[in-house]
Amino acid sequence: MINGKTSNSLLEVSDLRTHFFTQGGVIKAVDGVSFHINEGETLGLVGESGCGKSVSALSLMRLVPNPPGRIVSGQVVFEGRDLIQLSDSEMRKVRGARIGMIFQEPMTSLNPVLTIGRQITEPLELHMEMTKNMAVTRAAELLDMVGIPDPDERLKDYPHQLSGGQRQRVMIAIALSCNPRLLIADEATTALDVTIQAQILELMKTLTSEIGTALLIITHNLGVVARYADRVNVMYAGKIRESGTAEEIYGNPKHPYTVGLLNSVPRLDAVSVERLQSIEGEIPDMLSLPSGCAFQPRCRWAVERCENDEPELIDAGPDHSSRCWEHENVSRERGT
Amino acid sequence: MTAGNGSLLSVKDLKVHFPVKRGFIFQKTVGFIKAVDGVSFTINPGETLGLVGESGSGKTTTGRAIIQLARPTSGDVSFEGVELNHLGGKELRQMRRRLGMVFQDPYGALNPRMTAGNIVGEPLIVHKMYDSRQDYRNKVGDLLETVGLNRGMGSRYPHEFSGGQRQRLGVARAIAARPSFIVLDEPVSALDVSIQAQIINLLQDLQEQFNLAYLFIAHDLSVVRHISDRVAVMYLGKIVEVANRNELYDNPLHPYTKALLSAVPIPDPTLDRKRERMVLEGDIPSPLDPPTGCVFHTRCPIAVEDCSMYIPELREVKPEHWVACIRAEDYGSYTIAA
Repeated sequence: MINGKTSNSLLEVSDLRTHFFTQGGVIKAVDGVSFHINEGETLGLVGESGCGKSVSALSLMRLVPNPPGRIVSGQVVFEGRDLIQLSDSEMRKVRGARIGMIFQEPMTSLNPVLTIGRQITEPLELHMEMTKNMAVTRAAELLDMVGIPDPDERLKDYPHQLSGGQRQRVMIAIALSCNPRLLIADEATTALDVTIQAQILELMKTLTSEIGTALLIITHNLGVVARYADRVNVMYAGKIRESGTAEEIYGNPKHPYTVGLLNSVPRLDAVSVERLQSIEGEIPDMLSLPSGCAFQPRCRWAVERCENDEPELIDAGPDHSSRCWEHENVSRERGT
Repeated sequence: MTAGNGSLLSVKDLKVHFPVKRGFIFQKTVGFIKAVDGVSFTINPGETLGLVGESGSGKTTTGRAIIQLARPTSGDVSFEGVELNHLGGKELRQMRRRLGMVFQDPYGALNPRMTAGNIVGEPLIVHKMYDSRQDYRNKVGDLLETVGLNRGMGSRYPHEFSGGQRQRLGVARAIAARPSFIVLDEPVSALDVSIQAQIINLLQDLQEQFNLAYLFIAHDLSVVRHISDRVAVMYLGKIVEVANRNELYDNPLHPYTKALLSAVPIPDPTLDRKRERMVLEGDIPSPLDPPTGCVFHTRCPIAVEDCSMYIPELREVKPEHWVACIRAEDYGSYTIAA
């Protein structure tokens, strides 16, 4: 992004392209994504299924399954080094140590045959070079920190003995165990009930701000991002469509897709309108994307040029950019 | 609840208990999961009752018990004046014509080996609601059009449809036999937000067109506020609060309802960050071993000693506003610690 880039930028992603080479053709899951995260900042990455938000995160961590996926081009500069160029063993020292990650399904990301104690001490011994005893003591502290009662006993438990919320707490403990500079939360609370979701998000936000870790929240939930993110990137069909501060994105959206998303969710705090303004049509098939702007067939602002020509992110105000020719005419009122 | 005489559906003291069995060959019952434990409500013709709660609260089981997919342990389900839980076989099948159901998972709920047309038309065959093959084909085509699909799509198979289109098929099947009441069990939670809005609009259009009553089961409180006339909140098998939607959302009286509402973020950062926040401690207790007294007292920020001893009755605290909490009258006198 051109805007808001400051010298304390922790992560700098430029022109990242991750493609999947399948029998049906090439899926450009991430197609020229650029963004940055500053030290200690919370960035939200929102979009619907298949928009490429998770693949973006996996690409940062170099966890894209290859084959069929491959990072085709781009740079991921983290703490001054391009992660794409690192050797596998150097990358392993970044993963878990400098960048922590929490996934949606705590049951599948925890190893079912290892005690949670073993799973928390492993990164401590590996990255922090702690002795076994030190690691166990630290693991108990970490469990206590994430609010699991009776931590010494819980260390001996297996993942199935914990509830969904507790498992996600354990995941947070593991992810934060080595004091990473960046924590990536990929739909980390989607599978949880709302009251548990609120607990986990509060916990994540508090802990990361205490230790000054930057947070990348990836979700389809517009509310979660509104509550916690400083800046927001909106993705659709492999590209960032709009980027700006949370206040700008929600208060003054400048991309038709963002307007569509905001208008299609009913609000908890409002006596609702008679009908929701849905976005017409379907999410496009990534194998046969429409020409020009991928959102153009569903867009109420589309003009002729959108059918074959798509802009880069255009400045649309202070710390705000939109990938839309018509961004000056786009507003929430005109969307209804 | 107000058992109005004009009500279409009336549920009285509904209980669904599932036995928990241990042992390999000689199984014995070691306890009961009280999935639904004394639930009562009514639904009027053309009305939508929203039923919200977290997983394990019994909201899905309530819906299934109404259409007798899960047989109630005790209590009455009376629909159009007929006691459903005493019916069996043929009589029940006839009554089911008047009751529809739409399930959460649009991928799992449709038979992958049947064409879309036959999925939608099957209720017509079961209830013999057509005169000729041509009439059947016309009716199926009409149904597809009613839910916003093309007539010609009837010859396709479920895998050829997107998630949103599949949910449209589920809705078409549910309305095929011209029911007066439909149980909608999380009908939009598996869909992307832009598609959710399409299905919600469709459901509202159909409600108006056919004067349908809905039981709308969901965990998404924003969606429930949008679509419901009245809302009931469930926790561990019990209804803890019922009121008209605006009353419930603007003046919640039960501490659990308050917590639920404050846990849902509003997509507006300036507004949301000013809101009063109430984060509940702990997990939902196991329904196998629910707390004594008020089931919520273990997580309740305003619980007093009596709460662990007496089961609070659902009582009308304000007109049409029912709460199961002994401290409901104190609603003004406590604030939520931020």
